[in-house]
Amino acid sequence: MSQGNQYKGFAGWLEKRLPIISPADHFFNHYPTPRNLNYFWNFGAIAGLLMGLMILTGLVLAMQYNPSTLHAFDSVERIMRDVNYGWLLRYLHMNGASFFFIAVYIHIFRGIYYGSYKGQREVLWILGVVILLLMMAIAFMGYSLVWGNMSFWGVTVITNLFGAIPVVGDTLVTWLWGGFSVDNPTLNRFFVLHFLLPFVLLAVVGLHVLALHQVGSNNPLGIDMKGPQDSISFHPYFTMEKLFFIGAFFTIYFLVVFFAPNMMGEAINYEPANPLSTPEHIVPEWYFLPFYAILRSIPDKLGGVIAMGGAIVILALLPWLDRSPIRAARFRPIFQVMVFIFVIACIILGFVGAQVPADPFTIYGVEVFFGWSVLTVGQIFTAAYFGFFVLLPFVPLFERPRKMPRSIAEAIDGHA
Amino acid sequence: MAEQVQDDSKRDFLALSAYVTLGVGTVAGTLGILSSLTPSADVLALASIEVDVAALEPGQAVTVMWRGKPVFIRRRTAAQIDEARGVALGALKDPQTDADRTIEGKEEYLVVVGVCTHLGCVPKGQKDSDVRGDFNGWYCPCHGSHYDISGRIRKGPAPKNLEVPEYAFLSDTNIKIG
Ligand code: HEM
Ligand code: FES
Repeated sequence: MSQGNQYKGFAGWLEKRLPIISPADHFFNHYPTPRNLNYFWNFGAIAGLLMGLMILTGLVLAMQYNPSTLHAFDSVERIMRDVNYGWLLRYLHMNGASFFFIAVYIHIFRGIYYGSYKGQREVLWILGVVILLLMMAIAFMGYSLVWGNMSFWGVTVITNLFGAIPVVGDTLVTWLWGGFSVDNPTLNRFFVLHFLLPFVLLAVVGLHVLALHQVGSNNPLGIDMKGPQDSISFHPYFTMEKLFFIGAFFTIYFLVVFFAPNMMGEAINYEPANPLSTPEHIVPEWYFLPFYAILRSIPDKLGGVIAMGGAIVILALLPWLDRSPIRAARFRPIFQVMVFIFVIACIILGFVGAQVPADPFTIYGVEVFFGWSVLTVGQIFTAAYFGFFVLLPFVPLFERPRKMPRSIAEAIDGHA
Repeated sequence: MAEQVQDDSKRDFLALSAYVTLGVGTVAGTLGILSSLTPSADVLALASIEVDVAALEPGQAVTVMWRGKPVFIRRRTAAQIDEARGVALGALKDPQTDADRTIEGKEEYLVVVGVCTHLGCVPKGQKDSDVRGDFNGWYCPCHGSHYDISGRIRKGPAPKNLEVPEYAFLSDTNIKIG
């Protein structure tokens, strides 16, 4: 028995045979959106767009790239010099990774500040942490493909981290390399994984969005929508607002691509990989710096590795560590201060990760923190980073929440 | 109609054999895939090299590539050997005597893998113009590990001494590494 459906023409015909029209319709046209979303709610969409752009530029780059230690570096230079618009593709891809991380880091900050991991959003949040881990793996392996000297030594140092694992460490590292050092087998497998994992990422992002549509968006007040007076239709209101903001964000991105494409890169990566010559100072890409700083702050090799991994994984525990029923930081005076300290710790750790441990700590050449060494400053802010998570469960015991409106509509219109 | 006789043991046999085949197959397949990623025969075949050190004067060093890694060969002066022997074991993070790290009768030559045991950088100290660190051996600039003239870790985050590869003197001045 074939039933009619509400869709007309081809859509109705297809829906009868393949039920994809109604979920898509629900997805795009029946997603009640809180009225009070602010600009922080744009970074998810931006991250998604950038992911699409990374896959697109990555695919065409891969058609020109040669994943062999003998030719990798030259093939990237060939892309830059000889391939039509190759420089543009590569600079879009290279800086796209940076802006992808900018968008995702702001997106995560938004989640923490407004308590978006609460209210049945645990799975949504954990999928987000999985996305972050995947992005890191992808970006790390992508950077190795260039086969510059920083690529080579970055891969060497990071893969060696696994050697800290007791008993199996050394065997594991040899297995990862497919040899006794970072070499052709390593580059080959990294290329395959760098190609594959973005599509895994795409699937996880799909689940992330599915979970979002199941639970609904949080909002700056952190209060659930109680009825139609609290929401507006996503389209056209938020579509327009997002288009505007996306335009602004991409303008900045393109300014960097066209006028300062190497601003966030390391000059040493324009030298071919040399297994005999370690650069004076190995620095990862900026988006890894806070975690690299945490690694180096712990004087023990294994301890450092655990702390670095833990710094990311602990994010997944937030829904259980935060025991307050109130979501938005604006109603939680202590939590609000803690989030700001946490963000400052992340930023300072970023500076720490870029500097030599024994030197005095500076920010753009200025000695802050009384000339303490980079190592000391790193240890203090590593403690602050983890302190945030350790103190979190106890905050509700002594925090007095600020007065909250009863609904979103009340906060905006003055009546519910 | 004949009475239906249930013999569960046949079903159990089917289920059990299916599970066992699935289990064994999965494990065997996984091991095969994992093992395909370990160093292949051609990589292993490159695993030993011969080096002629006849041209090396006392105090000089050469770097050769072995298994994709640098190997430091240093012909040490008498003073350097004395220095290496004079260190008390108690002062070492990874206690080893200089004799443990050299071949008897050939103590002049120190052969070590030039890879920092911390995170794998190549320490400085092979060239005359290099910094040698606080213990006059090698210095790893990556996170500041200092090695002595026996390649032993003396200061910094590295946990172990520079690795001494398996090697032998084929003749007076010919070394086989690996
Ligand atoms: C989530 C998406 C992705 C991220 C975050 C990412 C990240 C990166 C990064 C950081 C680099 C190094 C850029 C440089 O310093 O030059 C890179 C290079 C590369 N990526 Fe990706 N990538 C992504 C997706 C892809 C995809 C889907 C492909 C192929 C299908 C791809 C192919 C390549 C190639 C061939 C290179 C080497 C050429 C170059 O350096 O520009 N990427 N990637
Ligand atoms: S790699 Fe040598 S000190 Fe870290």
